[in-house]
Amino acid sequence: MMQTTSTIPISAQAETPWVLPSRGIVGMACLIIAESAIFLIFVVAYIYYIGRSLSGPTPAQVLELPILSTICLLSSSFTIHYAVGALRKDNVRGCTLGLAGTVLLGAIFLMMTAREWYHLIHDLGLTIRTNLFGTTFYSLVGLHASHVVIGLTMLTIALALSLRGSVTEKHAERLEVLSLYWHFVDGVWVVVFMVVYVLGR
Amino acid sequence: MAHAPVLAVIDQTETKRRPPLDVVYEWVTTVDHKKIGLMYIAYALIFLLVGGFEAVLMRIQLAVPNNHFVSPQVFNRLFTMHGTTMVFFMGMPILFGFGNYLVPLMIGARDMAFPRLNAFSFWISAFGGALLYFSYLGGDGLYGMGSAPDVGWFAYAPLTAKVFSPGHSTDYWTLSILLSGIGTTGTALNIMTTTICMRCKGMKLSRMPLFVWLMVVTSFLVFVAVSPLTAAQIMLTLDRYLGAHFFDTQAGGSAVLWMHFFWIFGHPEVYILVLPAFGFISEMIPVFSRKAIFGYPAMVAASVAIGFISLSVWAHHMFTVGMGPAGNTFFVFSTMVISVPTGIKIFNWLGTLWGGKIIFKVPMMFSLAFMFQFLIAGLTGIMLSAAPFNWQLSASYFVIAHFHYVLVGAIVTALFGAFYYWYPKVTGRMMSETLGKWHFWLFIIGFHMTFDVMHVPGLLGMPRRIYTYEAGRGWDTLNLIVGIGAVFQTVGTLIFVYNMVRSYRHGELAGHDPWDAWTLEWATQSPPPAYNFAVEPTVRSRRPLWDLKHPEDQDENFE
Repeated sequence: MMQTTSTIPISAQAETPWVLPSRGIVGMACLIIAESAIFLIFVVAYIYYIGRSLSGPTPAQVLELPILSTICLLSSSFTIHYAVGALRKDNVRGCTLGLAGTVLLGAIFLMMTAREWYHLIHDLGLTIRTNLFGTTFYSLVGLHASHVVIGLTMLTIALALSLRGSVTEKHAERLEVLSLYWHFVDGVWVVVFMVVYVLGR
Repeated sequence: MAHAPVLAVIDQTETKRRPPLDVVYEWVTTVDHKKIGLMYIAYALIFLLVGGFEAVLMRIQLAVPNNHFVSPQVFNRLFTMHGTTMVFFMGMPILFGFGNYLVPLMIGARDMAFPRLNAFSFWISAFGGALLYFSYLGGDGLYGMGSAPDVGWFAYAPLTAKVFSPGHSTDYWTLSILLSGIGTTGTALNIMTTTICMRCKGMKLSRMPLFVWLMVVTSFLVFVAVSPLTAAQIMLTLDRYLGAHFFDTQAGGSAVLWMHFFWIFGHPEVYILVLPAFGFISEMIPVFSRKAIFGYPAMVAASVAIGFISLSVWAHHMFTVGMGPAGNTFFVFSTMVISVPTGIKIFNWLGTLWGGKIIFKVPMMFSLAFMFQFLIAGLTGIMLSAAPFNWQLSASYFVIAHFHYVLVGAIVTALFGAFYYWYPKVTGRMMSETLGKWHFWLFIIGFHMTFDVMHVPGLLGMPRRIYTYEAGRGWDTLNLIVGIGAVFQTVGTLIFVYNMVRSYRHGELAGHDPWDAWTLEWATQSPPPAYNFAVEPTVRSRRPLWDLKHPEDQDENFE
């Protein structure tokens, strides 16, 4: 039961500089780890059920390689990277341009996914109920697409703010956090593409 | 070692009695990590009583053969709700409540990294728990269909399919766990980010209290283990609502895949629950042995090793599925390997006790009971990890006794100790030692009556989840003893609750450091002010308060 005047240990002399990583980036990294685990389970389910559908259609019959949308999504990683870099150098105009390009490319990707799904559902009659392929395909690609929607929403907000002129250099770190998420969404697409359209076909 | 006399308090505003609605408003809208932590703990304690009540009902039903106290349907709901409640709405929230409260204090931070996310995580978890129990009212989808979920806490497919579980009870189960999973992941993210980014000056990773280290490992496990469950629940929801076929065996889906997905979550979950308990013990044993923890680096390494190995042991829950010799062998060995880092921990706690000046206060008594009981739980775990032994006893009461030994004998026991240890910090008053000793002895005696004896009917072939049994199988007396033990535990727990309520008003004043402890949470007042520390602390060793109290004998000279 000691009682001292100061109960909090403090030290007057400065030690070595004390720098800790940014909260936003660490938090986003944690989110990415958790999200990767979710995707991993869906990918495992997809791979496990390849070729186990009791009825058609099979992936080889209905799936086409989404080359153009893949190019769009992957290049949007470069535009967002450019936007962050521009904002760091206080080039707000460049940042707005980069964001606009990212939103545009992301929207094209989403539209092409929508067209693919429309074709599959309307013309070929493949739904989530049809067979195991439908089940795993729509859930895995849909899970990814829902992440694109979330990312695109946030990017659009950032674009709107930057068009309004309220984005400045001091927001560079926040935009970087958002860009990390977007890079993650792109990276997941590479996996989804390989599993669904290459391995699965 | 300059520590100029600084004020420990910034402001001492007069606290007037405020209208109750103001207080409620303040708690509902708070983003303070301490208030959120306390809400987590309070919410978990309510569910502890609810889940305990369900357990008592089951023990009454099983106390004598051919009993008709509850119907088979109600019994199914009871064990499902008991398991789900205790794991998702008592175990995880209470441990994250402690984590929320203690981690920022222990690392000298003023709040969590993301206070609003913290509030969101709490409320979404709380809503999940409310949703689970709302199933009692809203579960009937069709006339005569069940109300609360009755598919068991691991909800094996295809029982959860719409055909076999019509109505909405299973949906309530799925959605409540999904929500609790989102909340848990949010809190884990917060704790991880807080420890990485918010440490006070000098609080290197190698100087963090072991409890903080264990919360970090737990948080990592939440990311990689709770997420698969979230994914599996999404799949189950798609199956039930959109007619997908993930776990639909009629359409080629696999029931075993659900088992894998569930246990990829389920086994690390045990470690998610037990690692914070290790943290409590690692904080309490040194203080009540008056010695620094023995082998700090080995403790950290063992914790991280447990975290990683626990990700590769899940299928030991599935030996009876028929995975083939290669799969079985792998999971037998990985399961046995995990006892090595766990053994290191037990050894180091013993090393801390060895030669120490042991003080038998209630927290220490619970810590010692924890060590003994956790050791036995680990030993039956090794027995069950041997596949041939497991084939004989899988889904028997031996398994139930084993994992309740872990969950009650280790985790709940450590939690009770933690309550007695940190209660003075939270409320500024000590809990009664006399009532604490009554609680301890009644609970421990009851625990051993229940769970030591429960192994035997398992060995005699009593399967889990049966709602009654015939007389004359040699299970009767044993089950009666198990039931009487449950009564002891209930009385002990009620004494504990009474002790907490009573001590809040009438407990002896604690001061800021009643145990003469060494970690930073004892540096500030009890209860801590909203800003935690009037000045930001600087740390030079693992035991900053020791350094402060013993200027002539600094810890950093020995680390």
